[in-house]
Amino acid sequence: MIGGLFIYNHKGEVLISRVYRDDIGNRRNAVDAFRVNVIHARQQVRSPVTNIARTSFFHVKRSNIWLAAVTKQNVNAAMVFEFLYKMCDVMAAYFGKISEENIKNNFVLIYELLDEILDFGYPQNSETGALKTFITQQGIKSQHQTKEEQSQITSQVTGQIGWRREGIKYRRNELFLDVLESVNLLMSPQGQVLSAHVSGRVVMKSYLSGMPECKFGMNDKIVIEKQGKGTADETGKSGKQSIAIDDCTFHQCVRLSKFDSERSISFIPPDGEFELMRYRTTKDIILPFRVIPLVREVGRTKLEVKVVIKSNFKPSLLAQKIEVRIPTPLNTSGVQVICMKGKAKYKASENAIVWKIKRMAGMKESQISAEIELLPTNDKKKWARPPISMNFEVPFAPSGLKVRYLKVFEPKLNYSDHDVIKWVRYIGRSGIYETRC
Amino acid sequence: MGLSHESWPSHLPSAFTAGSPFLLSSAHPCGVPSWLASFGRGPCFQPVLLCQGTQETLSNALLKPEEEIEGSSGNTEPFSLGSLRNGHLGICAALPGSGGGEAGLLPALPRHPTHHISVPFFWGAPIARSLASRKDLTTLGEKGVASGVRRARGLCPRPGQGLLKATLGFCSFSGKSKEAEIKRINKELANIRSKFKGDKALDGYSKKKYVCKLLFIFLLGHDIDFGHMEAVNLLSSNRYTEKQIGYLFISVLVNSNSELIRLINNAIKNDLASRNPTFMGLALHCIANVGSREMAEAFAGEIPKILVAGDTMDSVKQSAALCLLRLYRTSPDLVPMGDWTSRVVHLLNDQHLGVVTAATSLITTLAQKNPEEFKTSVSLAVSRLSRIVTSASTDLQDYTYYFVPAPWLSVKLLRLLQCYPPPEDPAVRGRLTECLETILNKAQEPPKSKKVQHSNAKNAVLFEAISLIIHHDSEPNLLVRACNQLGQFLQHRETNLRYLALESMCTLASSEFSHEAVKTHIETVINALKTERDVSVRQRAVDLLYAMCDRSNAQQIVAEMLNYLETADYSIREEIVLKVAILAEKYAVDYTWYVDTILNLIRIAGDYVSEEVWYRVIQIVINRDDVQGYAAKTVFEALQAPACHENLVKVGGYILGEFGNLIAGDPRSSPLIQFNLLHSKFHLCSVPTRALLLSTYIKFVNLFPEIKTTIQDVLRSDSQLKNADVELQQRAVEYLRLSTIASTDILATVLEEMPPFPERESSILAKLKKKKGPSTVTDLEETKKERSADMNGGAEPAPGNASTVSTPSPSADLLGLGTGPPTNAAPPPSSSGSLLVDVFSEPASAVTQLAPGSQENFARFVCKNNGVLFENQLLQIGLKSEFRQNLGRMFIFYGNKTSTQFLTFTPTLICSDDLQANILACCLPGHRRLASGSWETKPVDPTVDGGAQVQQVVNIECISDFTEAPVLNIQFRYGGTFQNVSVKLPITLNKFFQPTEMASQDFFQRWKQLSNPQQEVQNIFKAKHPMDPEITKAKIIGFGSALLEEVDPNPANFVGAGIIHTRTAQIGCLLRLEPNLQAQMYRLTLRTSKETVSQRLCDLLSEQF
Repeated sequence: MIGGLFIYNHKGEVLISRVYRDDIGNRRNAVDAFRVNVIHARQQVRSPVTNIARTSFFHVKRSNIWLAAVTKQNVNAAMVFEFLYKMCDVMAAYFGKISEENIKNNFVLIYELLDEILDFGYPQNSETGALKTFITQQGIKSQHQTKEEQSQITSQVTGQIGWRREGIKYRRNELFLDVLESVNLLMSPQGQVLSAHVSGRVVMKSYLSGMPECKFGMNDKIVIEKQGKGTADETGKSGKQSIAIDDCTFHQCVRLSKFDSERSISFIPPDGEFELMRYRTTKDIILPFRVIPLVREVGRTKLEVKVVIKSNFKPSLLAQKIEVRIPTPLNTSGVQVICMKGKAKYKASENAIVWKIKRMAGMKESQISAEIELLPTNDKKKWARPPISMNFEVPFAPSGLKVRYLKVFEPKLNYSDHDVIKWVRYIGRSGIYETRC
Repeated sequence: MGLSHESWPSHLPSAFTAGSPFLLSSAHPCGVPSWLASFGRGPCFQPVLLCQGTQETLSNALLKPEEEIEGSSGNTEPFSLGSLRNGHLGICAALPGSGGGEAGLLPALPRHPTHHISVPFFWGAPIARSLASRKDLTTLGEKGVASGVRRARGLCPRPGQGLLKATLGFCSFSGKSKEAEIKRINKELANIRSKFKGDKALDGYSKKKYVCKLLFIFLLGHDIDFGHMEAVNLLSSNRYTEKQIGYLFISVLVNSNSELIRLINNAIKNDLASRNPTFMGLALHCIANVGSREMAEAFAGEIPKILVAGDTMDSVKQSAALCLLRLYRTSPDLVPMGDWTSRVVHLLNDQHLGVVTAATSLITTLAQKNPEEFKTSVSLAVSRLSRIVTSASTDLQDYTYYFVPAPWLSVKLLRLLQCYPPPEDPAVRGRLTECLETILNKAQEPPKSKKVQHSNAKNAVLFEAISLIIHHDSEPNLLVRACNQLGQFLQHRETNLRYLALESMCTLASSEFSHEAVKTHIETVINALKTERDVSVRQRAVDLLYAMCDRSNAQQIVAEMLNYLETADYSIREEIVLKVAILAEKYAVDYTWYVDTILNLIRIAGDYVSEEVWYRVIQIVINRDDVQGYAAKTVFEALQAPACHENLVKVGGYILGEFGNLIAGDPRSSPLIQFNLLHSKFHLCSVPTRALLLSTYIKFVNLFPEIKTTIQDVLRSDSQLKNADVELQQRAVEYLRLSTIASTDILATVLEEMPPFPERESSILAKLKKKKGPSTVTDLEETKKERSADMNGGAEPAPGNASTVSTPSPSADLLGLGTGPPTNAAPPPSSSGSLLVDVFSEPASAVTQLAPGSQENFARFVCKNNGVLFENQLLQIGLKSEFRQNLGRMFIFYGNKTSTQFLTFTPTLICSDDLQANILACCLPGHRRLASGSWETKPVDPTVDGGAQVQQVVNIECISDFTEAPVLNIQFRYGGTFQNVSVKLPITLNKFFQPTEMASQDFFQRWKQLSNPQQEVQNIFKAKHPMDPEITKAKIIGFGSALLEEVDPNPANFVGAGIIHTRTAQIGCLLRLEPNLQAQMYRLTLRTSKETVSQRLCDLLSEQF
C-alpha cells in the first residue's frame, strides 16, 4: 500500500509530505531520492513509475507541481494512479487550480484531506461531495453543526451509501449526461490506420431528490444482442447501432454485481457532478478527419509541404477548434505559407507550422501549402519527419456510443421517471491524432 | 557539482591537493572543452565565467579602441595570479543560487589590490556583452533578459562581477522552466538561422554576435549543428573580438570534421605566422584547448620553433610552452624531440618569470620521459630556485603572492628536481641544500600575514621541498628537520595540513635517517587516531602507525590499532585488520602475545578477518612448539563465549584438533568438554567450517580414544551421514569408517600431527598488497626488508625469492586432508621464453645445425633404447628409454663434463608441424605445449654444476605413424660463451613395435593378405657391416619385431612379425630379410597394412645392416 505521499514544487522543494507507513524508512532519503532522480534528472524521466533503491515512486505532474506516492511494497500501480488523480480532483474541487501558491495557502486543508482519503496507505472515500460535508474550507463552521447533523454525517460516511446523504430535495428534478470522448489515431502517409482507439467518459450531473435508483442504458453490443434475440429485425435494421466496448470502469455507486449478471448499469447517484463510467473502444471508430500530407524535398535547401484535411461526418455537424500542427526541420531558416481557410503561422519556438480553423462543417476539405527554406548543416543526419498532429472538437461520439435511456425510480418520493428533465450531450475531442508524413 | 577532481583546474600547488579533501586538484593547464560541453548541460549548472590568462596579450586586446568596454574596464580589480600569468586557463563555476558571491565563485583567484596594467580577460565577457548591448535586447525582446542585464549593470559597478551577473541574467530568462527555455531557444535559433541564410552578407559584428549566442545556447545544453562556417569565417577577421569569439566557438564546438579542420588549421597557421602576439596567443590557446591528435599532427612541429625563437614575445612563449605541454600530454609520439630541447632548458634562465613557470611545467613533463636529455635543467633549476628563495618578498613584485615569492614557480622547480637524483656536482648540491634549509627556516618564521593564502602558499612550497628531501633521501640532517617540521603540523588546526603531514611522514618513516625521528611523534599520531574527526586523516594516521612500527613500539601500536578498530569506519576495517595481523606477526617477541592479539582481532572485527589471517595464525602456531599449549588454552577459553565469530570457531577447531591433548589434563577442559564446546557451535556454522570441524572430530578420535563413541554417534547421525552437502556427507562417511575400521596405530599415522608449514611470504602481506595496489605497501616492505635487522627471522620470507614465490592456497593443507604437499615450484628459467622465441624464428637452421656425429648415433639408437646419445668436451647426453604399445618414456641425462657451472641451461624439444601431428612428446609433470611445434621440456634447473648430471623426462605418445624425429636443442652458457647443441632424439616408428609370435601357416596367410603392391616395399642393398647371422638376429629383435624361427623354408633368411601401436591404429607388420653372402647384399621385404609404414620401416632397417 502507499507508504507516503509527497508534493513537490518545480524546484524539487517539498510542499506536502505525509508518511503513512514506516517501511519507506528515512523520510528525507526518500524525498531526496525522488528529487534527485526524477525532478532534477539529467534526462527527462518519462516513466511515471520510478524505482529507486527498492522504493517505488509513482508520480503525476500537474502544471509545475509533482505529486509522488511512495511505497516499498508491490502495490497495484493502477490503483495508485487512480488515487493520485482523484487526489488532484479533490484538491481542485476545494481550492481550484493546483499551483504552488494554492497548495501553500491550503496546506492545513490538504493534510486534513490526506488524513481522510488515505488511511494507513489504503485509499478511502475520495468523493468530493461527501468530503465537503465534513471537511470544510472554513474550519470553524463545523462547530456550528448540530449533533444530529454530525451523527448524520457519521452514519453516512460509515454507511452503505457513503456518497449520498439522505433528505436531498429539489424542486426540479434534473439530470445532465455528457459523453466525452477523445479519439487517438496514428495513420500512415498512405491513409492506412496504424492504431486508433477512443477513450471515453460518461459524466453525469444529477439534481435529484431523495434516494433515486437510476438505470443507464446504451448501445453496448452485448446488451443489444441479448435483447435483440427476441426482435431479430431490430438488430438487422441497426447493424451498426451497437458498439463493442473493450473495457470499462464505473463509479463506486454502480452496482457491479448487477452489471456482471445482467450487464445493466444501475446505481444511486451522488449529488452533483460525477463520472459515471469510463470506457475504451478500438473497433469501428468514426475518424472525424483525414489528413493527407505531401512532403517533397527540393534539393538540400528547400522543402515543399502540402497538407489536405477532409472532414468525415454529417454535413449538418460543425467541428470546432481545429488546429493542424506541421513540424518543420530543425534547420528551417524561413517559411512561406498559403492557406485558403483559417490562419497559418510558422512558430519557430515550437518548430512547427500551426494552422488554425475555427469551424468546419462535415464532408468538406481544406488545404494548406508551405515552402520551407533550409540552412545547410554539418550534420549528415536526415530529418526524422515527425508526424503531423491535429486537434479538434466534434459534437458526436466517434466511438458511436449512444445513450439509449436513463431511467430514474424513486419509490419513496412521488416523482416518476417522466418528471425528470434529462439532457444528453456528446463531445468528441482529439487525443493524439497524428498522421505520418 | 558535476565536476570531478580532475577537471577542476586549480592554481594551487598540488601538495595541497593530492588525495586530500580539497576540492581542487593538480592543474591541468589547458584542458577545457571536453567537460565544458558537459558542463552546460542540465538545468542547474550554468556556465558562469571562463577566464584565460596571458595578461599582456589580453590587456593589449582590451585596450584597443574598437573594443566596446563598458565604462569601467580601466579600474578593474584584476584577478592577478601566477596562474593567470603563466597562461593557465581557469574555469570558475557556480551553482545558481549560491548567491554569486565572488569569494565563493572564485576560490582560487584572489584579487590583487595593487595591479594596474594587467586586465584579466573573461571569455564570458563577450557573451555577456553582446547580450547586454541594446540591439540585442530588442532582438531578444524578452523582458526577462532585459531586466536581467539591467540588473546586472545596475548592481555591479565592476565588470568582473557585472559580466558574471549579466551572464546569469541571460540564464535567468531560461531558468523559469525547461519548456519555456526550449521555446525561447528554438525561437532564437530560428532567428539566427534566418540571419545566416539571409542573402546579404552579415557584417563582422552581427556574425560575432550570433556565433556567440549559438555558443551560449550550446553551453546551455542544446545541440548546435550550424554556424560552424560562420565561426571559421570569424577566424580570418582582423578584429580581436571577432577572431576571439571564432576561436572560442571552435575550441568548444568543432569536432574532427574534415573540411572545416582544414580551414581552421589554415587560419591557425596564418595567425601563428602573423607575428601579432595577440593573434598568436589566440591560436596557441585554441590548439591547446582542442588538443586533438589532428591539431598535434598539424602544429606539433611548429610550436617548438615559436617557443625557442629569439624574437618571440614573452607572453607568446608562455602560451607556446603550455600548448606544447598539452600536445605532449595528449599525443607524446607526435611531438618531435630535437635541438629545441636544449634551448628550452635555457628558458629556465629567462628574465620573465611567467615564461620560466610555463617552461618548468613543460620541462618537468618532458624530463619524466627522457631524463637524460634534460639533465642540464637541474643546475639551472637549482640556481633559479635559490634566487627565488633568497629574494626578499618585495623583489619579485608581481610574482609575490601574499609575501611569498613566486610560490607556484618554486613548487614547479621542486617538482622538476624530483625527476632527478641528488645533483652530483658538490656546488650545485650545496646550493640546493642551502635552498631547502632556507625553506625549512622560513617555515619556522612567524607568518607575515594572517591570511590563509599566505600560509597556503608558504606551506605548498614547504611540502614540495619536503617531498624533494624525501625523494633524495640523502641528507640526514634535512630529513630530521623535515620530520620535525611535519611533527609541528600534526597538531595544526588545519585538517589539510594534518593530513598532508601524516602522508609525508609515512614516506619519511621508511627512510633510515628519519625513522627514529618519526617515531618520536607516536603519541601525537595515536592521539590523532583517537580524536580526529576526518576519516581520511584517521586513515593516514593508521598508515603512518603501520609505517613507523618496529619491535620497540609494536605492542603499543598494535594495541592502539586494536582499540581503534572497534570504532573504525567499515571501509577501512579490513585493511586495519591485515595491518594488525602483519605487525603482530612480524614484531612478535612473545608468541603468546601474538595469539592473544589475533584472537582479539577476530573477536573485535571477525567479519573483516580474511581467510589469510587465520591461515597464518595456524601456520605460526603449528610451526612454533612453545606457543601450542597456550594457543589451545586461549582458544578454548575464547570459544566459551556465548557468541563467537565463525573465524574463531575455525581457528579453535583446527587448533584443538591438533593440540587439544595439551590441555586435556585439566578437568575443566577434558576431551569431552572440548568436544561438546566445539559441537555446540557446529550448527551455527557454514559448510566449510563444518567440514573443518568434522576433521577436528576425527582428530579427536585419535587424540582421545575415550570419546570415540560419542564422536562416532555424532558422525553416524542422519544430519551428518545424509547431509545434503556432498563434502560434509563424504567426510562423515569416510571418517566414520576410518574410526571403526582402522586400528589405533593406523589412526595415529593417518592423523599424525601436521608437519610444520614451509616458511614463505606471509599471505597476508600479499593480500594487503593486492588491496592497496602495488604502490605504497610494496615500497614500504622493500625498505623494511633492508632494515630487517630487528625482524623475526622465522617469520620473515626468504629474501631472494620472496617476490617470485607464489603463495599456494594453504586451505587445502590446512584442512588436514593432505591433498598434496605444498610445493614451492621452482621459478621457471627466466630466459627460456626469449630463447625459445629465438629458436623458433629460424627453426630450419636449428634443425640443420645438428651436432656432428649425432646422425650416426641416431642410427645406432634405432635398435637400442639406452646409451650415450651425444658427447663433446663439455656435455654428455645419455638416454634411457622404454616403450610400451604407443606410449614411451625417455629419460635424458645431461652431464656436465667440465668443472664450471652451466648457466641458463635450457633444453628444448623441437618438432616440425607434421611430426607434431603424429607424435606427442610431452614432459611430465607440468608440461607445457607450445604453439609453434615444440614442447618445453620439464623445467630443468637452469644451472648445472661442474661434474653434475641432471635428468629430464620426456613422455611420448605415438598418435600415428611418422618419419622424422624430434630435435632436442640445448642452450646454455658456459664460461662467457653461449653454447647451442642440437641432436635428433631417437624416437622412431619402430619403437612402438610389439612383437608377435606366429606359426608358419599364419605367417604366410597374412603375407598373402598383404599382397597389395602398395603394401609391399622391397629394398636390395649392399651390406655395410660384416654379415654375421647372430648380430642380424639381435638387430631384428632390437628393431622390435619378433624373430620367427622355422617359417621361411630357407634357414638363412630371417622373418619377423610385429604390430606397430599408434593411438589411432594398429598396423600389422611382416618382414623378410634375405642375405646373399656371395654378393654381400641383402634383400629386405616389408609388408604392412600401411604403405608409409612399410617405407619408413624399410628405410630404418636397411640402415642397420
